[in-house]
Amino acid sequence: MNVAGDGIRVIDEPSPGDRLHLVDLTKRFGDVVAVDHLDLVVEPGSFVAFLGPSGCGKTTTLRMIGGLEQPTSGRVWLGDTDITDLKPYRRPVNTVFQNYALFPHLDIDANVAFGLRRTGVKGAELRRRVDEMLELVQLPGYGRRRVPELSGGQQQRVALARALVNHPKMLLLDEPLGALDLKLRRQMQIELKRIQTDVRITFVHVTHDQEEAMTMADTIAVMNSGRIEQLGGPVELYERPATEFVANFLGQSNLLKGTVTGTDGDRRTVSVGDRRIVVPADRVPAGGDGVLVGVRPEKITIEHAGGPDRGDGGAVAGGNVLEGTLVDVSFTGVSTQYLVALPWNAEVMVFAQNLQVDERLQPGAPVRLLWAPEHTFALCPGTAAAPRDDAAAPDPPVAVTPGRIADVVRDG
Amino acid sequence: MAASTTARRTGAAPAATTAPGDAGRSLRRLWRAVTHNLVLFWSALTLLYLFLPVFVVVAFSFNDNRGRFNFTWQGFSLKSWLDPCGAPGICPAMVRSVQIAALATIAATALGTLIAFALVRHRFTGRTPTNFLIFLPMATPEVVMGSSLLALFLNLGVQRGFGTILIGHILFNVSFVVVTVKARLQSMDARLEEAAMDLYANEWATFRRVTLPLVTPGIIAAALLAFALSFDDFIITNFNSGNTITFPMFVWGAAQRGIPPQVNVMGTAVFVIAVAGMVIARLVRGRR
Repeated sequence: MNVAGDGIRVIDEPSPGDRLHLVDLTKRFGDVVAVDHLDLVVEPGSFVAFLGPSGCGKTTTLRMIGGLEQPTSGRVWLGDTDITDLKPYRRPVNTVFQNYALFPHLDIDANVAFGLRRTGVKGAELRRRVDEMLELVQLPGYGRRRVPELSGGQQQRVALARALVNHPKMLLLDEPLGALDLKLRRQMQIELKRIQTDVRITFVHVTHDQEEAMTMADTIAVMNSGRIEQLGGPVELYERPATEFVANFLGQSNLLKGTVTGTDGDRRTVSVGDRRIVVPADRVPAGGDGVLVGVRPEKITIEHAGGPDRGDGGAVAGGNVLEGTLVDVSFTGVSTQYLVALPWNAEVMVFAQNLQVDERLQPGAPVRLLWAPEHTFALCPGTAAAPRDDAAAPDPPVAVTPGRIADVVRDG
Repeated sequence: MAASTTARRTGAAPAATTAPGDAGRSLRRLWRAVTHNLVLFWSALTLLYLFLPVFVVVAFSFNDNRGRFNFTWQGFSLKSWLDPCGAPGICPAMVRSVQIAALATIAATALGTLIAFALVRHRFTGRTPTNFLIFLPMATPEVVMGSSLLALFLNLGVQRGFGTILIGHILFNVSFVVVTVKARLQSMDARLEEAAMDLYANEWATFRRVTLPLVTPGIIAAALLAFALSFDDFIITNFNSGNTITFPMFVWGAAQRGIPPQVNVMGTAVFVIAVAGMVIARLVRGRR
């Protein structure tokens, strides 16, 4: 059933035959649509994260890939094989479960060897592969221990070893780090990434932690209500969110309602309140003129409005400028967060590094906000995320941004 | 409160204490020791209450009794232990009881385990009523169950004896087995079975390698319970036994004429075997 590789470091060269293809996958539980006509291609050897809030369908999707859930409709392909109707034990896919699901009646060796024994591996070969795998997850010599004797982090590694030892074509991880404390989680994120780079098999990771997804995955599928909102690399998703949901779910965003008013070369101008903001043309969605202009809080420079001209007016020229009143200042250690009220009913959040702090930046102070057009993006107002008064706004076109190693087929 | 303060103050000045004060003080100290160890004190009393009858049974198995009765201590003797079958009919009754208990345990455990799996793992029409009905034999007074069984057997013209006792015992044991195994199954993480399936174990291998080992402690507990319940059942047995005599019925019959010390010997032996079994189980579990 599995490929018996010679070494574990590189189990198998990723071959295009191991491409995962979800076609029009739908899962309903009674009236609830958990996964809604989802299409996705995952190239072999990639690290994909399904990111989304609880109930977005990410775990259900994973379980359908693993065979633990039957889709209501749609197919799951692995390479040239339609695995939709295969039992979980007939799929060359292994899962790391949330809370690990280690067998409490077996010791660590027997837990790791479980899958190998089922596929007929025994004797010295079994011993060697179990030992190698325990080594890979940095638990050599733990074989005779029993599950409750291990800490959460160690159990997590055993769960990983138990799945990887079978040399699956794909590893499914269902919130594997959810039960660990923050520090251990960070450590395991790096560890998981290292192991994935070592073994070079496809990892499909489900998480609700955007930082975890961004740290590890090379492609992130942001999911919401059973659909993929946007697919792409971490940087791309962060810098160019396609929907309001993505802009708010990955990090924080300042989103200001505006109208596209004109074009200036490869730039567009958007009027926001009584101001004009410049956005690169390729970051403005086609469609209606009503848009949300976005900028990340850490991209904004804040300065006192009555401040002396620092002589860098040149840098600001052509940049975006807004004026407002400082409402709140909070010191968070690595940065200071400023909340600024704009003259119209809107607020902007600014994260500033604590480099040179202007003492005059106190609540009530008039301030100026500056940022570069390249750091600006525009998107169509979402209809689901937050109801807006301009109900005439068009439905957001489903933005599909091809990732580096994965792409989406939307019109299945 | 004031009294104890005074007492402590008196205690702090030993020169001033008088003899009656001394007595009062030690009384108070005893009282304080009791109140401070109240949990221990009550536990000891409760255990004493629980085990006193057992100790009496054990002690009188060594009584050098003369005459029909074994109620007054007449001296230590091993004669009953050396001749456990000395009382006519006691050993056949004992063997019969063990046979019935063993057969009833096997049948009830098999049936009850299957029912428990069906109730926990499957959704079928009639599941809720089954869940409820399975409790009924436990809730029904034994007298009612025994007499209704007898009425049933009489109506059907069934000869009462070993077979009817066995049927009655299986009947009430199934409920206890279902409840015990069900509890164990429900506390089992369903993801463990998913994990097994994910690791190439088909349905049968999953059951044999994961489900069964994890549920076995529950099944063993259920079987022990069933054996114990069947072994010492009297009421239902008495209604449906015909001419067959089990050990509890032998004791009941003997009580009319005077209980021979062999009954105490048998009782003590059963007690010792049960305790030994528990200790061994404990040691085995502790070592793992």
